[in-house]
Amino acid sequence: MEVIEIARWQFGITTVYHFFFSPLTMGLAVLTAILQTFYYRTNSEHYKLLTKYFGKLFIIIFALGVVTGIVLEFQFGMAWSNYSRFVGDIFGIPLAIEALMAFFLESTFIAVWLFGWNRLPKGIHLLSIWLVALGSVLSALWILIANAWMQVPIGFVLNNGRAELSDFVAVMLNEQMLVMVQHTVIAAFVTGGLFMLGISAWQILRNNQVEIFGKSARVALVFTAVSALLVATTGHRHAQHTVIHQPMKMAAMEGLWETEQPASFSMFALIDQENMTSSREFKLPYMLSVLAYNNTTSEVKGMKDLQNEYEEAYGPGDYIPPVKVVYWSFRLMVGLGMLFILFSIYGLVQWWRNKLEENKLYLKMATIVMFLPLLANSLGWIVTEMGRQPWVVYGLMLTQDGVSPNVSAGQMLLTTVAFTLIYGLLAAVAVYLIHRFAKPGVPEDSEKMLHTY
Amino acid sequence: MDFQLIWFILIAILFIGYFILEGFDFGVGILMPFISKDDVDRRVVINTIGPFWDANEVWLITAGGAMFAAFPHWYATLFSGFYIPLFLIVIALILRAAGFEFRSKMKDKWWRKVFDQFIFWGSLIPALLWGVAFTNIVQGLPIGEDMNFTGNLLHILNPYALLGGVVVVMMFVLHGALFLSLRTTDDLKERAEKIAKTLWIPIAIVTAAFAIMGYWQTVLFEGLGLIPGSLPTLAILSFIACFVFMRMKMQMYAFGAMALTILLGTSVIFYGLFPNVMPSSLDPAYSLTVYNASSSQLTLRILSVVALFFVPIVLAYQGWSYYVFSKRVSRDAIPRE
Ligand code: HDD
Ligand code: HEM
Ligand code: HEM
Repeated sequence: MEVIEIARWQFGITTVYHFFFSPLTMGLAVLTAILQTFYYRTNSEHYKLLTKYFGKLFIIIFALGVVTGIVLEFQFGMAWSNYSRFVGDIFGIPLAIEALMAFFLESTFIAVWLFGWNRLPKGIHLLSIWLVALGSVLSALWILIANAWMQVPIGFVLNNGRAELSDFVAVMLNEQMLVMVQHTVIAAFVTGGLFMLGISAWQILRNNQVEIFGKSARVALVFTAVSALLVATTGHRHAQHTVIHQPMKMAAMEGLWETEQPASFSMFALIDQENMTSSREFKLPYMLSVLAYNNTTSEVKGMKDLQNEYEEAYGPGDYIPPVKVVYWSFRLMVGLGMLFILFSIYGLVQWWRNKLEENKLYLKMATIVMFLPLLANSLGWIVTEMGRQPWVVYGLMLTQDGVSPNVSAGQMLLTTVAFTLIYGLLAAVAVYLIHRFAKPGVPEDSEKMLHTY
Repeated sequence: MDFQLIWFILIAILFIGYFILEGFDFGVGILMPFISKDDVDRRVVINTIGPFWDANEVWLITAGGAMFAAFPHWYATLFSGFYIPLFLIVIALILRAAGFEFRSKMKDKWWRKVFDQFIFWGSLIPALLWGVAFTNIVQGLPIGEDMNFTGNLLHILNPYALLGGVVVVMMFVLHGALFLSLRTTDDLKERAEKIAKTLWIPIAIVTAAFAIMGYWQTVLFEGLGLIPGSLPTLAILSFIACFVFMRMKMQMYAFGAMALTILLGTSVIFYGLFPNVMPSSLDPAYSLTVYNASSSQLTLRILSVVALFFVPIVLAYQGWSYYVFSKRVSRDAIPRE
């Protein structure tokens, strides 16, 4: 394999892995803060126990987010040095600000919160978990400013073979970032919500502290239902942005070879990238125009036309991303999004009918559905990142030009294999520990859960 | 205004902050197996840095991010050039964090032994490799015309650089021992004090040897001449002060003097480099300097405003967290299992 291929695998593996944990962190931070706020307002012992219980699971996940994040931060320079030289002027700013503004906040106040039970006034202690939640959302905001710029580069001039900043505000308020942040942060809430619901359902099924976990299940249900609806609307908004700024990605997401007007939404297709055709297609008429432009008449460009346009603009080359992966990842993500909406609304109905605790089938499903947002998140990023190939910075730099020139394939392979193995090991340990700590439920005495290493 | 100079100083400050703060973390991690008599001791030792180590690590992340933003070429050359050492540092930091977080979550002996190893090696290896990396930088590196490092791993692991690594490890161990003497009680406290006292002289000897060899080995002294400037002199004085304070049983001051030594020592490196950031041993014309490696003026200006605003805030709440957790950790604080 060539260096570039390994480097891409490495980036994919390490970011996807990081993004298993960071959405869970974001979601659980907010949910834990909500539980603690209930405790603060009502002084109910149950909410205190729940706060500590989910806080404990949260901290294991948080740790993995932290360790996997360091790899990413270093990886730009280590494996993608030409990319770093080219984009540093712009891309580096949000990264630096993220560390200064978000990481310090998170890492300091998570410790204040953990070690601060009984040591700090209750209000300050509550504030510290909210600051952790704020930090995690800010961290998403800044990293997405960076990512959005590589998707839709704006506010720069090309100078000395580098992209130099010309308009900071434009970079900060990149519309691409605005749509991404909404969708990503809310998807993280779904991730955390379904996790909490799943754990609660599991305890109720085991007949363990049903009254207490009934409460957390209800908090999680409301939180998830609202978020799940918003994920769909923000995703729709995201698609409308993509069709304008990255039409090739959109065409690949739809397996659309020929330009269509009005455009139909493909539900199923066997894609043949080599011959640029699809067979056995099943399409919903007008629906792609609706998805892309909110009307039934607009044109959506196909990959063949776009390929010609790109060749004219950027010279000969293959500008079509891996269609099959992008097409199916998108279908699956949207399908999962629909599932989460139905699933959480059905749960609310059960609650309304006072049957939440009795409906064993629903509870069992909840213990499985809790893992699916992790999949949906990864699929969403696969669409986003693979859909912009062959560009690493859209229209400006090809992925193959970004890689470090002085790192050998052997070195790259060694590190990729090592990261993968260590990550696998850590994941196993974490899953084991989460299971172990989740299982007994909340202890009788809330003071039994003081934090020490 | 010379924004390149400002950002050079700021990055130096971030590395200084990192070495001072994570320095004692590393020292504590390296000492943990030796200073503890039993498992409760080990837990006490880990808990002395419990609320701090993660935030201390963010100093490194911020230094990396700031370097990326302010000096993209520096970041790119350094990180791709030191590919394998940095890879090892990252792996070590991962395992070390896992060690802290997961070690005491299970009672089994073998489990704790494994994670103890992670903590020990995860603290030792980064300390060593940071020393190696910085020594390499002041030695000058085979950097070619295209700003890329052209050497190999053997070049990086040259004997003098390894000696630099050893010096950094020893300094951090001393720093960690002093930190432990401030954060623990009874027996542990006494052992920590004793370790610090016994280590000082060997460390002074090795460091002196390293510094003297530096006259031949590094670019630092070209500008200084035979008489060291005020920074190195102050560094030596504060290191001696550390010893005096230890003798006088003024641990707090000894720790402060040690922190000052690290501050001044790191400053010597950055001061000696300026205006270079990565001197080339092939041809001075290929050296990366603060001027040819930097971002645009606009970027530097924006970063300056951001730093001016956030650095004081960060310092304030980090300082506050040290104040909140200033109570010593005793064996009674560890829950019985
Ligand atoms: C729980 C996770 C989750 C769920 C249920 C959904 N998404 Fe999503 N989606 C993400 C998690 C995600 C993500 C991982 O967070 C992405 C990757 C980049 C981004 O901004 O968000 C994403 C990207 C993403 C993109 C951007 C592709 C691009 O870069 O152009 C679109 C168009 C959608 N989503 C659309 C949807 C729609 C219409 C959904 C219907 C319900 C949906 N997503 C559900
Ligand atoms: C956190 C969620 C993210 C995931 C899951 C993700 C996933 C991926 C994947 C799968 C690839 C490989 C693409 C390919 O092989 O074709 C990739 C590449 C890359 N991504 Fe992301 N990404 C994420 C976020 C980001 C962010 C926030 C940034 C920038 C700040 C980023 C920058 C890059 C870069 C530089 C590459 C390498 C070039 C390339 O292969 O295209 N990614 N990412
Ligand atoms: C959309 C993509 C991303 C989101 C939403 C995100 C979010 C987060 C969050 C919430 C944390 C806190 C700890 C934890 O999450 O478990 C974190 C940690 C971290 N992330 Fe990411 N991240 C993303 C991608 C990246 C990328 C591409 C990088 C590389 C530059 C990165 C670098 C880091 C670092 C260095 C940490 C550790 C901070 C610490 O020590 O406290 N993240 N990330």
